[in-house]
Amino acid sequence: MIWNKKAECMSVEEKEELQLRRLTEVVKIAYENVNYYKKRFNEMNVHPDDIETLEDINKLPFTSKTDLRDAYPFGLFAVPHDEIVEVHTTSGTTGKPTVSGYTQKDLDIWGEVMARALTMAGAGKKDLIQNCYGYGLFTGGLGVHYGAQKIGATVIPISAGNTQRQIQIMQDFGSTILTCTPSYALHLSDVLQNNGVEPEKISLKSGVFGAEMWTEEMREEIENRLNLSALNVYGLTEIIGPGVAQECTEKNGLHIFDDHFYPEIIDPENLKPLSYDEKGELVLTTLTREGMPIIRFRTRDITTLRREKCECGRTLVKMDRITGRSDDMLKIRGVIVFPSQIERAILNIKGLEPHYQIIVTRPHHLDELEVQVEASNILFSDEVKHIEDIKKNIEDHIHDEIGLRVNITFVEPQSLPRSNGKAVRVIDRRNL
Amino acid sequence: MKLKQISVFLENRKGRLWKALNILSEAKINIRALSIADTSEFGILRMIVPQPNEAIHILEENNFVVQINDVIGVAVPDEPGGLDKILGILNKSDINVEYLYAFVEKKREQAMVVLKTEDINAGIKALKDGNITILSSEEIYNL
Ligand SMILES: [Zn+2]
Repeated sequence: MIWNKKAECMSVEEKEELQLRRLTEVVKIAYENVNYYKKRFNEMNVHPDDIETLEDINKLPFTSKTDLRDAYPFGLFAVPHDEIVEVHTTSGTTGKPTVSGYTQKDLDIWGEVMARALTMAGAGKKDLIQNCYGYGLFTGGLGVHYGAQKIGATVIPISAGNTQRQIQIMQDFGSTILTCTPSYALHLSDVLQNNGVEPEKISLKSGVFGAEMWTEEMREEIENRLNLSALNVYGLTEIIGPGVAQECTEKNGLHIFDDHFYPEIIDPENLKPLSYDEKGELVLTTLTREGMPIIRFRTRDITTLRREKCECGRTLVKMDRITGRSDDMLKIRGVIVFPSQIERAILNIKGLEPHYQIIVTRPHHLDELEVQVEASNILFSDEVKHIEDIKKNIEDHIHDEIGLRVNITFVEPQSLPRSNGKAVRVIDRRNL
Repeated sequence: MKLKQISVFLENRKGRLWKALNILSEAKINIRALSIADTSEFGILRMIVPQPNEAIHILEENNFVVQINDVIGVAVPDEPGGLDKILGILNKSDINVEYLYAFVEKKREQAMVVLKTEDINAGIKALKDGNITILSSEEIYNL
């Protein structure tokens, strides 16, 4: 089922025409109604009239999380307060939160995109959606709620926590769709198992999981344990909340609702635009939001945009599962590498401790990556040849994961920093 | 008769060899024979000591990675061609030598050779058949 065939399946030409029309409008509204944008545009000598094609978006300034924080609480609102009907905030774990303001029309759009997302996961009027995203300032709970209501499904606004009650209601009501974070889905499955609940006793057919980074391995795990189809949802409070993008049942990427949110991929280092199929940082512009238009928001999330035709029939552009944050990203010989990829490769080798350190150097104008791991009894031998085989095996594993050759060096046990919080995993000696 | 050898991982860092040997010396462990395999990135210190288990314990306590394995000890007349004979026998029996190290014992005018063959048992058998004296642990420890 497709919720809004006209919007979700329109031709590329039609879409681009619509996007350009909406982009010129939103840029104008932002410039005329938000001091922050007027100031930034003027600093960069750019005017809304300069937007004549979609590519012209490159002329516009980026908006960062810091910019939003500096505008706390209401500095980026583009309408008078009597038109704002709801506010949400980010968690604000690092400093001040950012506030997101919605007009009634914004809430309607939010409900619309979430209705599309839930329909993608198979939701219809008859479904019971157990919504375990938190209700409150966090956007997860109400985002799903508005989408479910738009569809006419039954929403169970149980919110987060109280796992025993969650599984009780799941069984008694016969919930068919589960919405929560992927880690909470795994936790639920643990508790179900501990309570001895047979998989046949639950009626879940699909799950819409998001609000944190997760992997294909986790998907497999959740699907096996809860006997449902696990789909990825993506969104940000700054942009609207959940419902920026949703995975269809093809499970090979998330469709971005690009008639409302215009996506770009940039190189996070030089901020130059990248094209389809290239990996970089996702930048989003709201095309229809009234209460708080956001121009070129740097999400810090690393992904790739794909244009190829999807079997589901939707023409919405697709993005890959988020693989990391641009803050931890390393660029080695032009290739994007995350410490987490190296960690995954190391953890796949028996006998290797998850303690490692990455050292980046540029000895002859070419980046070199050294990965230090601690020697252990299992890795050590009296023969040089044997140790070199082990070294090569680890290097091969990492090569498979990141596509680059690295040099493994063994160091003595207990000599690498232990991870307490954020361990110093990367030492960059390139003087970039 | 197999001989116990201990191997110690040496990170390519100044002072690590000294540190390992210092730990053994302070524990009053006598090293009978020693060799170092050195690569550009790490080293392997191989040793024959009279108390291998004690040596392992004290080294591991000091965060060294240690392994114990079997090697063969043989006595070779301290004269030209002594080692050549041993390697000839192994070569004829098609036995691969992974590594060897030798030291000279003044009292006996004999050279002691520690060697590791791919297959230790096959190595011992070939050497015995070639009338080479295989040394027992006691003989080496009591040198
Ligand atoms: Zn699709």
